[in-house]
Formats: sequence, structure tokens, C-alpha cells
Amino acid sequence: MARVKFLCDADRCIECNACVTACKNEHEVPWGINRRRVVTINDGKPGERSVSMACMHCTDAPCAAVCPVSCFYTTADGVVLHSKDLCIGCGYCFYACPFGAPQYPKVGNFGSRGKMDKCTYCAGGPEADSTPAEYAKYGANRLAEGKLPICAEMCSTKSLLAGDGAIIAEIYKERVMKRGYGSGMWGWKTAYSDSPTG
Amino acid sequence: MPGSLSNLKFAVFKPLLAALALLFVFAQPAAAQISFKPTAEAVQEDKLLNALKEGDKITGRVSIPDGNAANLIQPAGRDWRDFQRSKLPWIGGIAILGMLAVLAIFLMVRGRIRVENGFSGKTMLRFASFERFTHWLTASCFIVLALSGLNVSFGRTLILPLFGADAFAAMSAWAKLAHNYLAFPFMLGLAIMFLIWIKDNIPGKLDIEWIKQGGGLFSKGGHHTPAKRFNAGQKGIFWIVIIGGVLMSVSGWFLLFPYLPGNVTALQFWTVIHAVIAMLFIAAMLAHIYIGSIGMEGAFDAMGTGEVDLNWAKEHHAIWVKEQQAKGEAPSDSTARAVPAE
Repeated sequence: MARVKFLCDADRCIECNACVTACKNEHEVPWGINRRRVVTINDGKPGERSVSMACMHCTDAPCAAVCPVSCFYTTADGVVLHSKDLCIGCGYCFYACPFGAPQYPKVGNFGSRGKMDKCTYCAGGPEADSTPAEYAKYGANRLAEGKLPICAEMCSTKSLLAGDGAIIAEIYKERVMKRGYGSGMWGWKTAYSDSPTG
Repeated sequence: MPGSLSNLKFAVFKPLLAALALLFVFAQPAAAQISFKPTAEAVQEDKLLNALKEGDKITGRVSIPDGNAANLIQPAGRDWRDFQRSKLPWIGGIAILGMLAVLAIFLMVRGRIRVENGFSGKTMLRFASFERFTHWLTASCFIVLALSGLNVSFGRTLILPLFGADAFAAMSAWAKLAHNYLAFPFMLGLAIMFLIWIKDNIPGKLDIEWIKQGGGLFSKGGHHTPAKRFNAGQKGIFWIVIIGGVLMSVSGWFLLFPYLPGNVTALQFWTVIHAVIAMLFIAAMLAHIYIGSIGMEGAFDAMGTGEVDLNWAKEHHAIWVKEQQAKGEAPSDSTARAVPAE
């Protein structure tokens, strides 16, 4: 099976935040939680770039390594998912995650954390595919329907790419060759230990 | 004539136009050199990552209200992971198992520390009911906090395989709740203990003597250094509890209210403090529990009934006994059944 990844071509991202909005809408993500966000580096300065970032579904994921109840698992496609039934909302995955992906609803006492929520690569959770139970906890399971994540699918400039890691890396490499520049495959070194332009 | 005038004009401007055209042609390569090159100044992930100092993160601006979302990449998360999975188990393992081993060896070599002159049958009040209440309030909270905390660090390795994921997660969720809530009575107990016992725990000259003689811990059948209400060992425990407790409370407070420290780097720092101090704290309390129960005859009564045997008191707290006798709050020596003190 393919090893799916995200790739944000920052030289194409126009910071429209459509990926953020589409994600929230597709999964009915609760108020205050953003599974994806667009971060602008060097805002207003020469060389400014915007990067759309969510869970990168790391190889050897740090969240899974530190979880005290071992609620994470990696699917055959390389998607890192978690069980909200097991999650105790301790916050460890948030400390370990290099990308700030884990989010917590402030439902507990003293504003403490509820069960963690993060990008599922539109692949749902441990429940049976495309069931109401799965939707309520994790949102839509587009992968089960043979579709790619909604954020990348509807990116207007095709900056955000999702799919087989080898293929999207090839697409990015072709783009860089053709236009002669590229600011790198943001997060890949950290998430997959891959070389950024490789 | 208008026509000739225009011709004249053209004749005049012709060379000028030609010059302009030439200029345009020659200028072309120059224009190409300064053409738009977005790559020249674009931020490069590689450069940003390489420029990061330890604990730094790549941060930008976000348009959503959550300011923490502006952190794009924080490689420090990997160091924190390394601490959690590689370093902390060693720190905790060595501190706790090491202490248990030391205590076991001590029990085997030294045996139970007896009341040398035997029980006198006469007792005197060592801890009043409010003191005992405070002690047990703090102690019972501490035990639950310690066990639920150890569960976070070691449960996945030690307990999860025994119970399975669902039961372990349910138990851990309750443990987390207990940890969060019992933190408050623990802090209350800590504050009261500080207030009621600080006056007896100021280090003094006698403590130096006590430490020099090893507190009589290793002198079997022997000599005890005279002490006031608390000897240097007990004072040590007091200050370990107060200082350790304050560090646990402050760090725990930040973890309990994760929006207080503001950013992930601060939270990582406080979790490390919380975990390391906790392991050392637990190890120290194991020694305290040991010497207050199986390690020393007659010691548990102090926190049990509050009444200790006169001979026990005289052996461990000779000066304190004399003070209490002077105040009429302890039975006098003559009524004591057994032989002279010291």
C-alpha cells in the first residue's frame, strides 16, 4: 500500500485558509479546535511564505511514543490515528508533537483538557468505517470512500498536496525544477527524516 | 508649412528615437538580470531549521484566535519525547528501586531499630490530633498522587499488558481525575504542615552533631544523639517535603491550568520538573515510610495514636522529653519502669 503524506508547496500557498475552513466543515470540528491551520512566516517582509500545517502523520510518531495509554495506531497507509475512547486528555502528545497538531476541547474542570482531537487524514478512527459513531468522534472518513483529504482536494492553487508520498514528492520536485525555486517540503525532515528536496 | 515642419520634427526626433530603441535593446540583458526571482529572498525551511537554537521553534502568524497555533515546527518536542521515553524511566527506576534496595539492605544489616531500654509502659503525647490529621491528609493524598503519577510514567509498560487497553485506559482516566483533584488537599496539607512544624524544624547546632554521628542509625545498641522535638533526619524530611511539595505544586499548577504558562516550551519544562522531582520525592518518602513503620520500633505510634513510649522518646528526643517534663506534659523519669536514660 502507498504511504500517504501531506506536502505544502509554500511557494503556491496564498493563505486563503480554505483548507482550514473545509476541514472544519467536513468534520464538524468543535469550536476552538483547528485540525489544520495556515502559518505565515516572515509576515509582511520580503520572502514571506505561508504554510498550511496539520498532523503530518509522522513515521515513528512522537505522539504515539509518549502516550501513557497507548491510544495511537498507524494504519496500513501510514496514517496516524488515535482512539478517543482510550485517550485520557493528559496533553503528552501535544508536548511531543513537533507540529502542534493535537488539540483539546476545554471541557474539563479548571479549563483542563478533554479528549484529544487532531487531523485524521480524513480517515476517521477505530470505529467501523463511515458509521455515525465514527463521524461523531473523528469526522468524515473520506479515505474509506476512496477520496483524498478535503483540504488538499479543494486547494485552489494546488499548493497542498495529499497522496502517495513518493508521487507528491515527485510532483513537487518537477515544480521546483520547472520554476527554478522552492522553499522546501515543510515538515518532511522532521516528520519523515526525508531530505527536503530529494 | 505644416508638413515640412512635421518632417523637420521627425528629422530631429529620428536619431533620438533610434537612440531610445537602441537603449531598449541594450537594456534587455540588464533587465533580465534584475528580473523577479522569488527564490532569492523566500524563507527556506532548511535555513530556518538550521538556524534554530535548542528549544526554539519556527513561528509565524496565524489568523485564527489561538496564538499557540502560530508555532509551525517545534523540534524540541523530540527532546521531550526522548526525556519521557529514555531518560525518565532511568531516573525513576534508579531513584525508587535504588531506594527500596538500600532500605532492604539496611533492614537486613541493621535490623529493626529497637527501643534499647524496652517499652516503659508510660506514654507521652508526641503529635496532637490536628497534627496527625494534617499528616495523614497530606500522606494519603501523596500516596494516591504518587501511584497515579507513576501510572502515567510506567503504567503503559507495566500495567497495560496485564489489563488490556480498555481497562487500563479507564483506570488511567480515573487516576488522572484523582491526580488533578487530590492535588488541592495535598497543597492544603502542605501549607498547614509548614505552618505548624516550621518552628521545630529550624536547623541548629545539635543537627550537626546528629549528622556527624549518623543519627545513631549505624550504631547498634548504642548511643543516640540528644535531640529536640525533631532530629536532623526528621528536619531533613520536613524540608524535603516542603521544598519538594512546593516544586510539585508550582509545576503541577501549570500543568493543571495548561493555559497559564502560555506556550508549549514552558509546558515541556514544567513536565520535566514535575516528573524528576516526583521520582526523587517518592524515593525520599519511601525512606520516611520505612523508618516510621517497620524500620523502627515504637515510631509508628507517634502518628498512629499520637502517644509515644517514654523510653522511645528519651532515646530519640532526650532534650524534647526534658522540655515536656518541665512543662508537666510528660510523665517523670521516676515513674518510668525501666532503667536510666542514656
